[in-house]
Amino acid sequence: MKKSMLSTNKLIFEYIRRDEEGNVESIARALDEVSLEVKRGEFVAILGHNGSGKSTVAKHINALLSPTEGTVIVNGMDTKDEEHLWDIRRSAGMVFQNPDNQIIATVVEEDVAFGPENIGVPTEEIWRRVEESLTAVGMTAYRSHSPNKLSGGQKQRVAIAGIMAMRPECIILDEPTAMLDPVGRKEVMRTVHELNKNEGVTILLITHYMDEVIDADRVIVMDGGKVVMQGTPKEIFSQVERLKEYRLDVPQVTELAYELKKEGVPLPDGILTVQEFKTAYCAAKAKLEGAFV
Amino acid sequence: MIRDITIGQYYPVDSPIHRLDPRVKLSGTMLFLISLFVFSGYLGYVIATVFVGCVIKLSKVPFRYIVRGLRPVFFLLLITLLFNLLLTRNGEEVFSFWIIHIYDEGVIMAALMAVRLVLLVIGSSLMTFTTTPNQMTDGLEKGLGFLKKIRVPVHEIAMMMSIALRFIPILIEETDKIMKAQQARGADFESGRLLQRAKALVPLLVPLFVSAFRRANDLALAMEARCYHGGDGRTKMKPLRYQKRDAAAYLILFAYLGTVIGSGFLFR
Repeated sequence: MKKSMLSTNKLIFEYIRRDEEGNVESIARALDEVSLEVKRGEFVAILGHNGSGKSTVAKHINALLSPTEGTVIVNGMDTKDEEHLWDIRRSAGMVFQNPDNQIIATVVEEDVAFGPENIGVPTEEIWRRVEESLTAVGMTAYRSHSPNKLSGGQKQRVAIAGIMAMRPECIILDEPTAMLDPVGRKEVMRTVHELNKNEGVTILLITHYMDEVIDADRVIVMDGGKVVMQGTPKEIFSQVERLKEYRLDVPQVTELAYELKKEGVPLPDGILTVQEFKTAYCAAKAKLEGAFV
Repeated sequence: MIRDITIGQYYPVDSPIHRLDPRVKLSGTMLFLISLFVFSGYLGYVIATVFVGCVIKLSKVPFRYIVRGLRPVFFLLLITLLFNLLLTRNGEEVFSFWIIHIYDEGVIMAALMAVRLVLLVIGSSLMTFTTTPNQMTDGLEKGLGFLKKIRVPVHEIAMMMSIALRFIPILIEETDKIMKAQQARGADFESGRLLQRAKALVPLLVPLFVSAFRRANDLALAMEARCYHGGDGRTKMKPLRYQKRDAAAYLILFAYLGTVIGSGFLFR
């Protein structure tokens, strides 16, 4: 059994709007008893429509928000504990949606150094970490470039390197590809998977792109501030009807298989890749032909 | 391309002046500017001019490039020249026509003033030619660090400067985008009187400000997520350390200052 990296227990978060006198005008519950757990080294994806509360969960794990009720434990530390604030942020790094708005320095390598500088890493060690992180995301060639001249995908990789330089055990990515073109999206997803496999970093990916969650170890589906489904990608995408209820699409191949099955083609549930579909379809075709001949 | 704009007028070559610690350059420029106003007598001018000449030579910045930097102050130069020429009423009259009377001391005064101003502008622009904005902020942060004792937020100011430098090109690009979007919907930024044009800028500025605030909010979150908590306990990837050449530069600087002031006493 692998150790727990982070967990939330009955996490509730409310946005409270007050009028000028400070009286409570309205309460919007963004998270409603969210309980989830991510194990060390896992690649977990949180899937959800806009306003499902998935980004709010991310901000809680990085202690940018504090729970109204319930607890968030990161690496054995409670995020409510002010004392551990910087340790929590160091061990659970966060990558945001807009690549432009999270790069601080005017030179790539100086931006990567920003995190280690903040936590007081000695100079020689900073150079070593910058070198390693840039290599890990494949951006060493651009180390002395200005971030303004990089593409979106490259900027996002620099942002990931900036987090890696703090040596986190876990990286939370909050819709890291939402503002990128398809090429940039592939670039970033490849980098994230490599970090998970090669460096053993736990990944919590928040997204609404279905094709990005196929390769995850586990998928958590959120809707209306609640966790509504949990399981492997195969388990999740077998339930096409239910996903549609939550206004989520399924990958195109899965959809095709689902429609064919409804029309009577004997295909299994939860087909995720074209390759899988091809094998299953050929088998089904052989079976059908066998039945008719 | 809008992306390529550079802030300041840094001239990227490798020279002994470029390699100097930014603190040396900052204090050197200050001292040089002060020296321009303390000396008296012709010899002071000669020494200051020779000094600037040597620094230009060492900095490998083409002279042409430096002269171009004088252009914005050309009118100021012209006006001071004319005033000195026309309004000095000492010495012998050398030229007289209608209400214009020019005296020999006026000519000398005007010439010396012009030299002084030119040296002033060249002296200060030499720093921006040889120092990147980043080095400048680093230099300011470290060089003015003693002000922290009287609660001047030196680190915060330096941080703000470097963030501003990073975001200026982004905001310019954004302005361009918003302008095009508004023009596509019939906005007119180019015609009309001044007041009309100023009014036309409102639909440009409002979205620009909104987006700038949103960016600032995002950036603050991202900085906090990367453990930023002010200047305390912060280390540097590229800390400023004085080298031997910086000590040498300081020596030369003080030698220059000494000669300039001394020359004033010698030839009074």
